[in-house]
Amino acid sequence: MSDTTPPGAPVGTPDPAGLPGPPEGVLRAHAEQQYAAELAALAAYDDRPRPPGWHLSPWAVTTYLHGGEVDSTPITPKYVGNRRIVEVAVATLATDRALLLLGVPGTAKTWLSEHLAAAISGDSTLLVQGTAGTVEEAIRYGWNYARLLTEGPTDQALVASPVMRAMTEGRLVRVEELTRMPSDVQDALITVLSEKTMPIPELGAQVQARKGFNVIATANDRDRGVNELSSALRRRFNTVVLPVPASAEEEVEIVHRRVTELGRALELPELPPGLDEIRRVVTVFRELREGVTSDGRTKVKSPSSTLSPAEAISVVTSGIALAAHFGDGTLRPSDIAAGITGAIIQDPVSDRVIWQEYLEAVVRERREWADFYRACREVSG
Amino acid sequence: MTTRTSARLPAETVGAVTVLGVRHHGPGTARALRAALAELRPDVVLIEGPPEADALVPLAADPEMEPPVALLAYVPGEPNRSAFWPFASFSPEWQAIQYALRAGIPVRFCDLPAANVLAQPRHTGRRRRGSAEAGVRIDPLGWLAETAGYDDAERWWDDVIEHRRDGEPTPFAAIAEAMTALREHAPAQPAGEQEEEARREAYMRTVLRRTLADGYERIAVVCGAWHVPALLDLPTATADNRVLKGRAKTKVAMTWVPWTHSRLAYWSGYGAGVESPGWYHHLFEATDHPIERWLTETARILRDNGLPVSSAHVIEGVRLAETLASLRGRPLPGLAEVTEATRAVLCEGADLPVELVQRKLVVGERLGQVPAATPMVPLQQDLRAAQRRLRLKPEALDRELDLDLRKPTDLERSRLLHRLRLLDVEWGEPGEIAGSRGTFHELWTLVWRPELDLALIEASMWGNTVTDAAVARATANARDAGSLSDLSALTEHCLLADLPDALPAVLTAVGERAALDGDVTHLMAALPALVRSARYGDVRGTDVGSLHAVIAEIVVRMCVDLPPAVSALDEDAERELLDHIGAVHSAINLLADREHRQRWETTLGGIAARDDLPGLIEGRLVRLLLDAERLDADAAGVRMARAVSVGAAPAHVAAWVEGFLSGGGLLLVHDDRLLRLIDTWLAGLPGDTFDDVLPLLRRTFGTFDAPERRAIGDRMRRHTDDRQATTRPEDDDLDHARAEPAVRTVAAILGLTVGQKP
Repeated sequence: MSDTTPPGAPVGTPDPAGLPGPPEGVLRAHAEQQYAAELAALAAYDDRPRPPGWHLSPWAVTTYLHGGEVDSTPITPKYVGNRRIVEVAVATLATDRALLLLGVPGTAKTWLSEHLAAAISGDSTLLVQGTAGTVEEAIRYGWNYARLLTEGPTDQALVASPVMRAMTEGRLVRVEELTRMPSDVQDALITVLSEKTMPIPELGAQVQARKGFNVIATANDRDRGVNELSSALRRRFNTVVLPVPASAEEEVEIVHRRVTELGRALELPELPPGLDEIRRVVTVFRELREGVTSDGRTKVKSPSSTLSPAEAISVVTSGIALAAHFGDGTLRPSDIAAGITGAIIQDPVSDRVIWQEYLEAVVRERREWADFYRACREVSG
Repeated sequence: MTTRTSARLPAETVGAVTVLGVRHHGPGTARALRAALAELRPDVVLIEGPPEADALVPLAADPEMEPPVALLAYVPGEPNRSAFWPFASFSPEWQAIQYALRAGIPVRFCDLPAANVLAQPRHTGRRRRGSAEAGVRIDPLGWLAETAGYDDAERWWDDVIEHRRDGEPTPFAAIAEAMTALREHAPAQPAGEQEEEARREAYMRTVLRRTLADGYERIAVVCGAWHVPALLDLPTATADNRVLKGRAKTKVAMTWVPWTHSRLAYWSGYGAGVESPGWYHHLFEATDHPIERWLTETARILRDNGLPVSSAHVIEGVRLAETLASLRGRPLPGLAEVTEATRAVLCEGADLPVELVQRKLVVGERLGQVPAATPMVPLQQDLRAAQRRLRLKPEALDRELDLDLRKPTDLERSRLLHRLRLLDVEWGEPGEIAGSRGTFHELWTLVWRPELDLALIEASMWGNTVTDAAVARATANARDAGSLSDLSALTEHCLLADLPDALPAVLTAVGERAALDGDVTHLMAALPALVRSARYGDVRGTDVGSLHAVIAEIVVRMCVDLPPAVSALDEDAERELLDHIGAVHSAINLLADREHRQRWETTLGGIAARDDLPGLIEGRLVRLLLDAERLDADAAGVRMARAVSVGAAPAHVAAWVEGFLSGGGLLLVHDDRLLRLIDTWLAGLPGDTFDDVLPLLRRTFGTFDAPERRAIGDRMRRHTDDRQATTRPEDDDLDHARAEPAVRTVAAILGLTVGQKP
């Protein structure tokens, strides 16, 4: 096993049954803190075989994510959507393969990975955030330089990364936005995933992963300017693509809820919800994304922009800000037009053509959308 | 009871009769059935199917017969009334037939005769499974599956039946038991269906009784699982006869036709379809390690299409599929697990390769084949009838045929030949007609070759009359068509063949393809044929309303897409685009729709107003706009002046002039000012630049007719003269003596007094 114990070990492995609620005054509790009771109930009820190092059986993990009831404890659904997606994700982790969650922004990748880690390892805190500035130490290990200078390379001078800690403790580590990391940093994961070891040449030692160790990575598959995964790394992952909401109503609901929350957080003046405008934005986004109008009669081209629910949310929020500060206090098509045009036209040439074609062929034909058509024509000229 | 050959054969056997309830097109039951038959060694096999087909069974042993094939029953003379009974190699019924043929024992079909089925006026020939209120009886399996907690009946059957492997106890007793329980608790069904079911089962029992009376001792009955209990318990013959009394009856004929995997889903007479025939085929054919073999095959297909898939992928795929199955509590991975593993591991989350695998492997298109000795199909008969009616004999020698489309018979002949061409039955070869437009003549070369009969049999899966088949084929072609221009050609073909029923599907496809096609030249290339179709259809009296809708859509998209496309073009692309613009322009004029015309001309105007245009295109656009009276002569003059002014590069100007004049030179004869502008520019060119542009100008003027060139030359001479003597009156050179007769005639026509001086 491991020849070294990294310092700063966690403050006791969290035990779902014994874990208290979130500490006072914390803005946001971890998943395993917030749903400690549900996890405990599942753990108590769950008599199915658990893969080594797992806190729950794969069945209980899917139940935790999808909701249900065990032993008269209701389990709230965490991921609303296709059950098969969750099953594939859980089965992947159970086969000891790394899991890559792909999807456009706002499809609950991070959310799902946090809850998977909470349910499987009882701990969702081992996290590497991928950015353009992520360095290899975030994947491997760093040094406490004061000690390194005084004592030389020793176990005590070593600062373990979340990945290394997950290996020694046999837990899940999450890597967020994997494709934002520089390629050479990404590739540090290859040995970890294939050999399940991390050599520490300075100490002449190595860390070997314990059972239960695995990696959940998330990545945005429609983002520009990312570092594509090398095929060597890619083939060590099973890939699950998280879809955008299946139905228009579901999406309208998500956008509406988030817009209301955001409006409160940004302390925007209270506005009537403007559900009609939200529905219109969602309709436009869905139609362009899916390449066909909602009545299924007309096909349209899809622009290069992602048009995720997250972007619909930002279009509506900025529309509300416009309406509140400069408009008459009601969300009107003219407040939406600029935002929606900007969100759709990412590529100034091809997207503009697609958007105009859509305006002429689809929007113009809808009589009740006449205001919206005019407003958009004004903006896009 | 003495006929039991093994102690293990259970309750599905009553006396001499063993009833084997199967799932239509279920590879698991087919396998189990094969084993059960081998053990039972029956001396006769009864199969659920139309008894009229008994005589066709021996054809199934023909080495040229290759499933998927279907039994086809139809009413002679009314080929639209027909029903199909398809068989794949993994259909239990097919395996039962094959067993019987090998063992040399008779096969009897025991379902209600097709003669009765087709006599019912409401019989549509096709019934899809699982309509909303059909409930338990139509889909008993769905009900059982739901009870077992499965969201999908197919998967339940996969688990309980299909994944039973050779060597396990036969499942038929369990099926009989389950169906007995199910039938007891099933809710009532609509009276009509109840009656039909009662009749079918009564008939099955009647055949069974007759077979018993014939002295057979080990009778195997192969039928849909639902019917098992009805056949295990025989009521008196009188009761069944009462049910069967007074059946409507009609004359039917039967034959074998080739079928395809994708059409197995159409399963008339029964209620079960198959969505994954390729997978079932695999399950039936693979002897061991079905998952490993399947994923290996998947990897091969992905590699053939240039996607790097390693053996490591396959290994991980198998592991994931198996883990998923155990997570879901299934004994073996099914198609759902395998597909998800394919997506997550082999395809790395991408959808396109998954679709490829679906198409190539899961459906796994496969065309069956029937031997030459098969009785004639209705499509052949329909063609024979048409040939007699139109007095067109199939002859093996070339024959020229000149059709005058104004004559009804010739028009019919033309349509027939066009329809056959759609069906790949190349009896007639259309000849080139001089002056292709607006002619009432069509030239054909007719040769009948024996292969055409086979082509007809193959085409018979599309329909039973030439018209129906051509409609179905055109619809399918529209779905698979490669490019937009293929589709617009297909539209034209549909109009020539007079297939209004196929038009909606074809036009929908045109609209969809047009929406997704990012290249505006494709749209422009497709438009003229569509416009021709619209005009031509008007002439033929076809309803072309939806065609106009599609044209409108294409015009809108084209007008939006064209402006950005006119930039950064090389010379070849410029000329190509110009050709398209010209073709579209005349198509839109032909269409004579004010709104389209306006939109189009506005678009051209918008483009022409830009100053980054290549000279050739700008010149041409100005000319088009001038001809369309969008620009008046003054504005055009200003444009030309600007174009030929000193600031412009000579080559650019020459291209401009070429574009402007490519619509014909007559304009210069009539518009002095434009001619003067060109003249001034040309005269002002320095010598060496003139040498450079001369070839371009020669090319432009070379395309004009000789009289046009001469007229322009005359004009020029006069200009030169004008410059020398500006005061000379215009009509100075009139020859009054020569003009007089003409003046007289005109005056007579206009009713003026002759002799007055003009």
